[in-house]
Amino acid sequence: MEYSLLIIITPLLLFLLLGLSGMKMKPGMAGIIGTAGMGFSTLISYIVAYNYFFGIGQTDGAWATIIPFNVEWLHFTDNLHIDLGILLDPISVMMLLVITTVSLMVHIYSLGYMHGEKGFQRYYAFLSLFSFSMLGLVVATNIFQMYIFWELVGVSSYLLIGFYYTKPSAVSASKKAFIVTRFADLGFLVGILLLSFYTGTFDFAQLTSDGAGLVVASTAGISFMGLSAASWAMALIFMGGAGKSAMFPLHIWLPDAMEGPTPVSALIHAATMVVAGVYLVARLFPVYVFATPDVLTLIAYIGTFTALFAAVIAITQTDIKRVLAFSTISQIAYMMVSLGVSEYGGHDGLGYMASMFHLFTHAFFKALLFLGAGSVIHAVHSNEMDAMGSLRKYMPVTHITFLIACLAIAGIPPFSGFFSKDEILAACLHHDKLIFFTLLAVAGITAFYMFRLYFNIFWGAEKSYDGHHQPHESPLRMTVPLMILAVFSIFTGFIPFPEFITVDHIPFAAHIEWATVAIPSILVAAAGILIAMVFYMKGSELPSRISRALGGLYTATLRKFYMDEIWMFMTKNVVFNRICTPIAWFDRHVVDGAMNGLAWITQKMSVSIKGLQSGQVQLYVWIYVVGSLVIAALVLFL
Amino acid sequence: MIKMEYYLIISILMFFIGIYGFISRRNMLAMLISLELVLNAVEINFAVFNRYLFPERMEGLFFTLFGIAITAAETAVAIAIIINAYRSIGNVNVTKLNKLKD
Repeated sequence: MEYSLLIIITPLLLFLLLGLSGMKMKPGMAGIIGTAGMGFSTLISYIVAYNYFFGIGQTDGAWATIIPFNVEWLHFTDNLHIDLGILLDPISVMMLLVITTVSLMVHIYSLGYMHGEKGFQRYYAFLSLFSFSMLGLVVATNIFQMYIFWELVGVSSYLLIGFYYTKPSAVSASKKAFIVTRFADLGFLVGILLLSFYTGTFDFAQLTSDGAGLVVASTAGISFMGLSAASWAMALIFMGGAGKSAMFPLHIWLPDAMEGPTPVSALIHAATMVVAGVYLVARLFPVYVFATPDVLTLIAYIGTFTALFAAVIAITQTDIKRVLAFSTISQIAYMMVSLGVSEYGGHDGLGYMASMFHLFTHAFFKALLFLGAGSVIHAVHSNEMDAMGSLRKYMPVTHITFLIACLAIAGIPPFSGFFSKDEILAACLHHDKLIFFTLLAVAGITAFYMFRLYFNIFWGAEKSYDGHHQPHESPLRMTVPLMILAVFSIFTGFIPFPEFITVDHIPFAAHIEWATVAIPSILVAAAGILIAMVFYMKGSELPSRISRALGGLYTATLRKFYMDEIWMFMTKNVVFNRICTPIAWFDRHVVDGAMNGLAWITQKMSVSIKGLQSGQVQLYVWIYVVGSLVIAALVLFL
Repeated sequence: MIKMEYYLIISILMFFIGIYGFISRRNMLAMLISLELVLNAVEINFAVFNRYLFPERMEGLFFTLFGIAITAAETAVAIAIIINAYRSIGNVNVTKLNKLKD
């Protein structure tokens, strides 16, 4: 399976090629090369997946973990060394499929969407860089390799959000995304260092083997502020994941990241990069469940709150990409909750399986939603819902595919979202009733805001589009990826996921619990859709009357519960003024002052004795003679 | 036979007269002459110690000869430097030769 290395190397070579010589090519040429390379990478990853699941298969009833490629990169001690390699197990193979597929779709789609943009070649170079980093992240054999690629995806996300670098809002959004995730990664790094300090290894296989016995044993008895060292390490690692996956309160960067080109939002901020945090927790899941179940509970509650919080905000947003951004936050929180409520082994590991299942299906329908939104934006040249209406007449393909994605995310059978969401709810029901009912409510809210979006864009009153420019369907380069993703969104739900991906790699049988989970969730979703239909299909007075009645609550939701303002206050007034300013004063006056003082004393002393070096030879001789006489006297008389 | 101490007294007097001249004269030629006195005092010492302490050996006398040769060479070099210094600053006053400082 050494050829799996090609999946990762191809985008890297493409990045180097397009980055170094892209500007000398014709834009179309660069796009074709990038897309063809990504297509090759996708092909290889499908071959790898086929060979993994159907060639190598199971040993003793469990999916094997294989490492086809591994090199030692940094050597510290015999135990502690950083490797770079490829780890193939069910979740990494699944992630390879998701990333390459969505990335290829985005590559093709961008040929149409970004056509004629300045810096088209640069765009493709960055897309390749991102694909390389994300693929390297998911196949990481050790936590440090993951961290390296983790930062690389952060950088490529920064570059792509700031693609329109002449727009101040895009520049500040890219900085915000980078700084917030970087702040979270500080926790991640400290967590890695803590974990590797106590266990003496970075290796995933060693960390997660024997029910994380290594972690439990090596951190036993060490605690800080009432929590064990293992809990601190794993909670800090989760902080990195929470930053990347936009969990409350580190979610503030994701809505702003929508300043980037829409296909980028589809690839990075919906399907792949933002689920890196979920993937991280899933990768270290045995450690969480055996060594630090308390952190897992924390993850479940943070996820539940985030899911509800983001869904409520999504109701009021008017920028269609922001609605999708908040829905992404909410859906990723679903995956986090599902991991948080999961246990280990067999049917108890339902939550883990459901989380990966939802990650898989969500990647396709959310990418489809973003690409569809991109198609709409391409047609009407605005992100605002107010500028849209009755577009179904002009854009039939976009309309149908968008509807499919909306049904999938709302959880209507037989679309894929229903199956994965159903498993998540089932896992929650067996673990914690509060979480279950919250998530059920969130499912209803999700259906409502998605269909609010759908009806506002494709139904409702017709808007007066500029006379000379009627909205029209996007070119084939953009609609074909939509159709392919729509096919994925419909059928991926039928994949028997528990056969392939489970926490202990041993397949189990899961079934849909119609009475307790599936039917209530369908009813809630249908209710959400119906309300949205009444409110927005024909355009009614009800929504504005309700929003007026809610008054302050509505405004607070519209302003995203003032989280941006709270962070701004925290950083500017508390951190900068109260903490950083005194530290800067200390640095300038005490630390620098000590150094400057030393230099000043040295200078003063040398000025005072520099008269001795007068250039007068006779003075030197005089001093020399007196000095030697003094030394002679000392030798003689002491 | 004359006692060794008398020779040594002479050489010490020569040595410190030379030092005094070297420090107090401003004329470089006078300083050079003073330097010769210092060196000659040392050579007297060599000769005297050889003659009185190790009469059967010759090293001290050879050192004296070496010293005389080196003194002659050193004088030639010093005179050359002094002539060049005179050409550049117009006199042979050692206190004026302090330009390396700046």
